Amino acid sequence: MSERSRGDVLVDVRDLKVHFPIKRGVLFDRTVGHVKAVDGVDLRIARGETYGLVGESGCGKSTLGRALLQLTPPTSGEVSFDGVELTTLAPNKLRAMRRRMQMIFQDPMSSLDPRQNVESILTEGLQTHGIGGDRDGRRKIISETLDQVGLPRWALSCYPHEFSGGQRQRIGIARALVLGPELIVADEPVSALDVSIQAQVVNLLDELQDNLGLTYLVIAHDLAVVRHISDTVGVMYLGALVEEAPSDRLYTEPLHPYTRALMSAVPVPDPDVEDRRERILLAGDLPSPANPPPGCRFHTRCPWAQPTRCADERPELREIGGSRVACHWAEQIASGELRPHQVSVELVRPAGEGEEPSVVSAPTEPGSFV
Amino acid sequence: MALLDVEELSVTFARRNQRTVRAVDGVSFSVDAGEVVGLVGESGCGKSVTSLAIMGLLPRQPGVQVGGKAVFDGTDLLQIDDRSRRDIRGRDIAMIFQDPLSSLNPVVPIGIQVTEVLTRHRGMKGQAAAKEAAQLLDRVGIPDPKRRLKEYPHQLSGGMRQRALIAMAVACQPRLLIADEPTTALDVTIQAQILELLKELVRDSGTALVMITHDLGVVAGMCDTINVLYGGRVVETARRRPLFRQPRHPYTVGLLSSVPRLDAGRGERLNPIPGSVRDLLPWPDGCAFAPRCARRVDACVGEPPELVLTHDGRSYRCVNPAPVPGLTPGEDVREVVPGQATPGSVPAQAVPNDPPAVPGLAAAPSEEETS
Repeated sequence: MSERSRGDVLVDVRDLKVHFPIKRGVLFDRTVGHVKAVDGVDLRIARGETYGLVGESGCGKSTLGRALLQLTPPTSGEVSFDGVELTTLAPNKLRAMRRRMQMIFQDPMSSLDPRQNVESILTEGLQTHGIGGDRDGRRKIISETLDQVGLPRWALSCYPHEFSGGQRQRIGIARALVLGPELIVADEPVSALDVSIQAQVVNLLDELQDNLGLTYLVIAHDLAVVRHISDTVGVMYLGALVEEAPSDRLYTEPLHPYTRALMSAVPVPDPDVEDRRERILLAGDLPSPANPPPGCRFHTRCPWAQPTRCADERPELREIGGSRVACHWAEQIASGELRPHQVSVELVRPAGEGEEPSVVSAPTEPGSFV
Repeated sequence: MALLDVEELSVTFARRNQRTVRAVDGVSFSVDAGEVVGLVGESGCGKSVTSLAIMGLLPRQPGVQVGGKAVFDGTDLLQIDDRSRRDIRGRDIAMIFQDPLSSLNPVVPIGIQVTEVLTRHRGMKGQAAAKEAAQLLDRVGIPDPKRRLKEYPHQLSGGMRQRALIAMAVACQPRLLIADEPTTALDVTIQAQILELLKELVRDSGTALVMITHDLGVVAGMCDTINVLYGGRVVETARRRPLFRQPRHPYTVGLLSSVPRLDAGRGERLNPIPGSVRDLLPWPDGCAFAPRCARRVDACVGEPPELVLTHDGRSYRCVNPAPVPGLTPGEDVREVVPGQATPGSVPAQAVPNDPPAVPGLAAAPSEEETS
């Protein structure tokens, strides 16, 4: 939004690529190809802003989040955090930087050590980074953090299994928060929670941002949640951003055909809206990221695809009235000059012929829908 | 007469040295021919167990007890023997499960799995069955069905697997289809495809559909009648529009206001329901939702709330329902059915080692409530 022009950029990602090799063979691992999980992403996150990343499973949004924190080493590209280039940083310096950027994971049960009690979970990071001096100092920081995330003091001596899902996610948030980070990457922070609990955690994240001035990168497949908490939303498709816009604008004026389809597919809990809505149904499934279509990656499913350019020229993100869109025909589609047409389903295999699907798809996060 | 009439269905799970869990506690609802009925609720509210009980798919173990009635077209599905149940299942009633990969047999080609139904119920064999199977796959929108028949489930994508499962379910043109979270494992764009397909099937063939989901958005677009479940009981039943426009039970109100909506503005605070699904009161001691309820009054605790039937054909299980503007409380009440509860068992979600909930408690919401 306006912060972007002011230039107080906390995270600057330039042409980030993460490719996973596909290996075959038992004795000699031959690399037979690459899964281009993230393939050339540029994005900037302003300080104090929430950047939402949406996309379907397998589009590379989680990998992007992990590569940004250097949890997955990027294949190429640059990531600068507060002016410091992370991709070339020495390991010990990177570890020190990690204090300033933390992550919240999707499934709190599998991201918290079941044999550690809450106090130990929260102290570990403080010890590693030498924060808080002695034990009492750390205790103080921990209990302040517990207050912030709304957990009672007696929680300290309990173990993760003793809590409900929502409380566990609060522990996960406390674990990230206790180090006093500036950036928090939240990977599907609410998707494992029940509907009535989701709202509590979403509100908590909002509140923490107001009080502590945090910067968020929220990765989620739920468009409604992302729209609710983000200032800017980036839509990913097959490893690349297809549209980036302020969250209200993205909803009122989606420019990229994929964004339009995505928006029209999200069910809204209101019968009147549901009955009025015109769905743009996409044909078929996401193509394999190991063998993405040439040109615009969406052209195989795009109802607006044109015979020229779409199939052979990869569109760059370009600025159109406050949004950035990667579509050759965005203006013509917005003005209604181009009409959607039927798309015949092109067959998509989850893997190469007869191969095990897990080999080709990007490494899956626990609990992600694949 | 309704096609399916579920009356006071209850399912309890008893295990040695552990207390008995009452997962479904007197659930009643009915489905008319061609109607789409939704069962909505959060995890552990008993919605899936309800469907498994109706289909007779619960494990036959000494600890599992199913009570009540599920009358389908004059036959009580809970009373019939296995042979006749197998006849009905797949032919008259079919089910679609949440996770298509784990409900398809991974070592058997799709074709054989689809023709199996045709052979069992429609007596088709060989070429005829294969041809029919290909037609079915084509009907649910699987391209190149002839080749698909020879393939294994892992060779299909998630959406295609769910389509194959739907093809198997509709193979015999059942009169009732039960879909248990059919789109939860799928992406939004694929979800839209599958929902559209289900809508079409229901419209074209007059099949009744029971839609089990936690997603209020899915329900809003599909169902004619909606049952909201909490703690193993139906707490509110209403037609689609009245339910969303004027929810009466505080739990429904809370659910609707806690879901972020795509068409709402950025930064509007959500109104979550305090506490978690585990903070509940066993039904014999009062309303299970009372510990989290914003409209709790003294009458909520003590005995199970009555089921209130209103003149406009809806019902709710609440002592102090959300008011309707321009209507004095109680004016619309047509009939009141006293709430019953078997003492001694607790809903599935309750925390295992809780001290028994104290009647009149007020402390429960504090735990997880911050915002």
